[in-house]
Amino acid sequence: MLPTPSTTHVCFDRVYEPAEDSYLLLDTLSSPSEISFLHNRFPAPSTNDAHADSPAPLVLEVGVGSGVVLAFVAANAHTLFGRNDVLTLGTDLNRYACDAAAQTVRHAVTAPASSVNLDIVIADLATAIRPRSVDVFIFNPPYVPDELPDFSRHETYNTTTTMGKSAAFERDSYLLRLSYAGGEEGMVVTNRMLEQIPEILSSRGVGYLLLCAQNKPEEVKKTIRAWAPGWMAETVGTSGKKAGWEKLQIVRIWRDDTC
Amino acid sequence: MKLLTLNFLTCAIKTCKSTPASFPLHPRDAELEIAETDLNLAFLKSILARLLWPELRTICSEFGLPTLPESRPEPADLVDPDSSEGEEESPSQTARDLHRVLLETCMREGKLVCGNCGHEYAVKEGVANFLLPAHLV
Ligand SMILES: [Zn+2]
Repeated sequence: MLPTPSTTHVCFDRVYEPAEDSYLLLDTLSSPSEISFLHNRFPAPSTNDAHADSPAPLVLEVGVGSGVVLAFVAANAHTLFGRNDVLTLGTDLNRYACDAAAQTVRHAVTAPASSVNLDIVIADLATAIRPRSVDVFIFNPPYVPDELPDFSRHETYNTTTTMGKSAAFERDSYLLRLSYAGGEEGMVVTNRMLEQIPEILSSRGVGYLLLCAQNKPEEVKKTIRAWAPGWMAETVGTSGKKAGWEKLQIVRIWRDDTC
Repeated sequence: MKLLTLNFLTCAIKTCKSTPASFPLHPRDAELEIAETDLNLAFLKSILARLLWPELRTICSEFGLPTLPESRPEPADLVDPDSSEGEEESPSQTARDLHRVLLETCMREGKLVCGNCGHEYAVKEGVANFLLPAHLV
């Protein structure tokens, strides 16, 4: 078992606290089958100067929250990829999450580092990411079928540090709602993200998406496979099995150009 | 934010992405700071192929940093030719310069401007904000 990054410095009043979904991502990414997949997909340069064939992979996590998942990848890059040159980058809508996640990654990565964390930027999904630059994409979306929050005060909430007790309480409940409420079928945010995936992934790119049973994962996978020939979507991790139904699952999304 | 991060970012406005002018984002009123880190030669060699070199040179000159070589260095250019055989390779001056620019030079305050639509993204306390006002999404 690889160590789980510490998030004791994070204020969970306004940043999503690592939960079963976060841990399912950690377990899936470090499972023997995914480690083998990632090693094959991103082979370490065979000679010292053969870097151009397999340059440093870029890992992007959208909606980093506490940063526990990105920090896990950054700290264990050598185990997961078999190489020491992994780049990590994160985004979140919530400025407090960006700050917290940067700290989580900094704490988790110890020398000799097998990764370099670029930055955690405030952004809506992957809208600010250069097309076709992402090699590993990770998303634990707001997946609960529940009403989306009202975004109108987002900027104020992100930038105002001093506010009264009740305003601060409203801000915190807004920021937490952002982290879990996914609108109709819990798919409103995920559907927006899915539209961006073919654009941001590199030709060797692979995505890991968390879904819950109410998101209708079988339909989501069918949609992805219908994007274009070669697109693949498979469930590679599950948790909370009850009467044949998985509560949560991780879907791996990638392109197999040999098909 | 590290200068290397700018190699992977673009304007958040959908219609800008297909135009070459949306990359790189251009710094304005930038305040830089240096955060020293250990130089990792193998890592530098490995990211060379990922750098969009002419664009990186543009950003560096816009930041007022020393000019980078005209063409992208080869991994071999990052090794000090005087490192004696059998010993661990030591970094060349090019490697040191690149490490300083990409990984140690950070933008603390300022704006990043899209060359296509002119939208300005703020960088505050080292964190860039790419959120758009609702009417631009
Ligand atoms: Zn633009």
